[in-house]
Amino acid sequence: MKGLFDKTFWGLTIGLIALLILNFFLADWLRGIGLQSIARGMVALGLLVLWRTGLISFGHALFFGFGAYAAALLQRIGINDFFVILIVGTAASGLLAYGLGFLLRQYRAIYFALLNLAFSMILWGVLANLEVLGSTDGIGVRPPSYLGIELEGEANQMVLFALAIIFTYLVAVATNLYLRSTLGYMTMAVRENEIRVEYLGYSAERAIHMKYIISGLVAGFGGVVMAFAVGHVDPDSMAYWPISGDFVFITILSGSGNVAAPLIGAMVYELIRSYAFEYAPQVWQLIMGGSLLLIIMFLPDGLWSLTERFKRDKA
Amino acid sequence: MDLQLLAVILVDGLVYASYLFMVAVGLTVIFGVQKVLNVTHGAFYAYGAYLAAQMIGLYYGAEWPAYGGFVIIVLSAAFLGVVFAFLIERGLLKYLYHRDEHIIVLATFAAFLMLEDIQILIWGMNPYLAFQPLAELGTSEIAELTFDNYSLSMIALSFIIAFGLWYGLNRTMWGKMLLAVIYDRELSQAMGINVTAVFLGTFMIGAFLGALGGAYIAPTISVQPGIGVEVIVLAFAVVVIGGMGSIPGALIGAVMVGIARAAAVHMLPEVELFVIYAIMATVLVFRPQGLFAPVQARKI
Amino acid sequence: MSSVLQVTDLEKSFGGVIAASNINISVGEQEIIGIIGANGAGKTTFVNMVTGYMPPTSGSIAFMGESILGLQPRDITKLGLTRTFQIPQVFLSETVFDNLTLAFGIAEQSGWGLFIPLHTEERTVTVDAHIERYQIREYRDMAASALPQGVRKLLDIAMATVRRPKLLMLDEPTSGISIEEKFGIMDIIMNALAEEKTTVLFIEHDMEIVERYVSRVIAFYQGEIICDAATAEAMQDPKVKEFVLGQDKYNAEASGNNGHA
Repeated sequence: MKGLFDKTFWGLTIGLIALLILNFFLADWLRGIGLQSIARGMVALGLLVLWRTGLISFGHALFFGFGAYAAALLQRIGINDFFVILIVGTAASGLLAYGLGFLLRQYRAIYFALLNLAFSMILWGVLANLEVLGSTDGIGVRPPSYLGIELEGEANQMVLFALAIIFTYLVAVATNLYLRSTLGYMTMAVRENEIRVEYLGYSAERAIHMKYIISGLVAGFGGVVMAFAVGHVDPDSMAYWPISGDFVFITILSGSGNVAAPLIGAMVYELIRSYAFEYAPQVWQLIMGGSLLLIIMFLPDGLWSLTERFKRDKA
Repeated sequence: MDLQLLAVILVDGLVYASYLFMVAVGLTVIFGVQKVLNVTHGAFYAYGAYLAAQMIGLYYGAEWPAYGGFVIIVLSAAFLGVVFAFLIERGLLKYLYHRDEHIIVLATFAAFLMLEDIQILIWGMNPYLAFQPLAELGTSEIAELTFDNYSLSMIALSFIIAFGLWYGLNRTMWGKMLLAVIYDRELSQAMGINVTAVFLGTFMIGAFLGALGGAYIAPTISVQPGIGVEVIVLAFAVVVIGGMGSIPGALIGAVMVGIARAAAVHMLPEVELFVIYAIMATVLVFRPQGLFAPVQARKI
Repeated sequence: MSSVLQVTDLEKSFGGVIAASNINISVGEQEIIGIIGANGAGKTTFVNMVTGYMPPTSGSIAFMGESILGLQPRDITKLGLTRTFQIPQVFLSETVFDNLTLAFGIAEQSGWGLFIPLHTEERTVTVDAHIERYQIREYRDMAASALPQGVRKLLDIAMATVRRPKLLMLDEPTSGISIEEKFGIMDIIMNALAEEKTTVLFIEHDMEIVERYVSRVIAFYQGEIICDAATAEAMQDPKVKEFVLGQDKYNAEASGNNGHA
């Protein structure tokens, strides 16, 4: 696996080790921010893969919410193991993406974006209306157990955080590898010239379907993590349209240059949000909206493009 | 199904449809001309509601003559239409027309977030209730049920707006220029049409209509934070269903959604919230351009 | 001589407009055929139908003895029949090298192999050899969007020949290229194709190119074939003279040929 060890791999590995060490010293609320960053960053990672293919979804809260509610419902039927919940929640979300993908892969541009929005709002409507799922109040989520081991309070948070980081690392490395494979380069190819892809012997739609499934998987993963991070799931914070908007916000904020970008971008987003909420709660949306506009106007390739500039200046 | 239930669904549906139409038509007009799905439209609606509610409160508080509330509503909307046109179209969109369409939508989303906070800064968190115009018009009985005349008047207002737009587009010079720009922006420019002016004017009309929707509905609801967020996604759905950029589409789409929702509310409440999005998804699947897509020229 | 391509009674109509009718062609191994005709005569429609991009209204198409009717372009490409485009279809943001690397990546891998890294040392060698074959080495690391038209055409053809197709259909390979360069570029193309023993059909407006490179000419006019014969014979055919050559010669004299200096 010679292609495995590139700069991104080492960067991610260093990040992993650093975070695992920091985990022992972090204040609880910072761990909370970290978990939420991971949750959103994962969805943004999926959107990065789609964005490289030339597609944006305005409705990925669909998979995020699906994963989050899957976690809550698994707990309700008595399953409390972190690993089981994570795998089942992610897989369920991926399955949903697989099914919807047959339809979505035929759409492009704004229609793709809006069709995703429609489906996410259908989920929202269902969740908000069904009493059995808690309707607008939602469902509570307890801290999980780990292969039978029950933990309390901060110990549980530490293990949760560590595991979340490890799994995120694995997903990021895998995605990086994927993007450097032939199928990964197909993102560029489909975005640039579908006819050429077709005449080279590959189905553009099939390529899009695969990327859609990947985006669904990681978004579901993010949903599960968020459910544990916040301890609660409800339609407005998991499936409502502004949530999808926030994911796109992070994707554009971060840039699509590297798999680490959305993870870092999500952290930046989370920090801005928390500080804005803390010190200027009446204007936090003003700050968020303003930051997004600044990025769109002056840094269209996102925060990651700053690393390119830095490299260029050094050379 | 008994006749009374049918009557309720029909009337309720049409009232809701007119509310949807008033909100959606501005959005679709702006999309038709500028090809922008403008998320800030939700703010136009909300600001319209707030300003109208506040002005109505002041007006009736000062005990000015009756029925003046309606004038207030229209004036508030007109004022906001002009302000937003300069703020959003000239202040933001002008710099983004050449960018990817998703980015433009995202930029309007960012502006919407900012406007949400500004709205709270201006009018606070507490609900505004401005029921006077509602009370002034009294009630009517249809099929042994009581309806507010005010709500019924919304149906009339929608038809007036629809007719006004139709007349403006098809019978006036301004309207013809608009149609030309919708058809082909570059070609219109080459023929000497001042596209910049058309863009600004269209935006003013669209923003005015959005604000009017909010202003007219204000007496019937509790005006509070969050109404913009709720409305914009409904408007998106109606616009998609009817065809992005089509005014008759917005009308038909609004009626379809209005009746469907009313039927849901009265017969199967569990599906009320998502029936509109189910229709939206269905239309996108079978006819992505919507029921009444406007003329799309095939170049080359 | 076994037929590589057999087209029988092919027809295409769009509502009332008949774009092609009564198309019957048999192409033998390693033939080099020129397809001529005025604009709108049905030549590109023919190529679109044979390569699966557009379904015919009726008729049959057989490649190497097997019917390919109803297949997608990607499947037909995999069987060994492909085409190039009037406007070169390449990945504009990528370099020549990267364009071809991806082409080879798709051609060489299938199924789960598509998860293996695209850039390997082996592949670099293969791609560079291919770049040599088309003599575009000096443009190797230039973005496709910056390439001169002639080089972009060569890239388009290079991408189409990655799979070593049995039959290649070229749509106006020299259109948009200056007179001085036309022969040079055609020499490169035809040599590369001869190396692989490829059967070639190409659409051309420039009769000098047709006369120089093809042994057989098929002439289209208003959706029908008006002549199918050896080059010399076809050029003397009265119908060809009236409906094709006359027009083309007139076009050449009047407009100075495709905007050259």
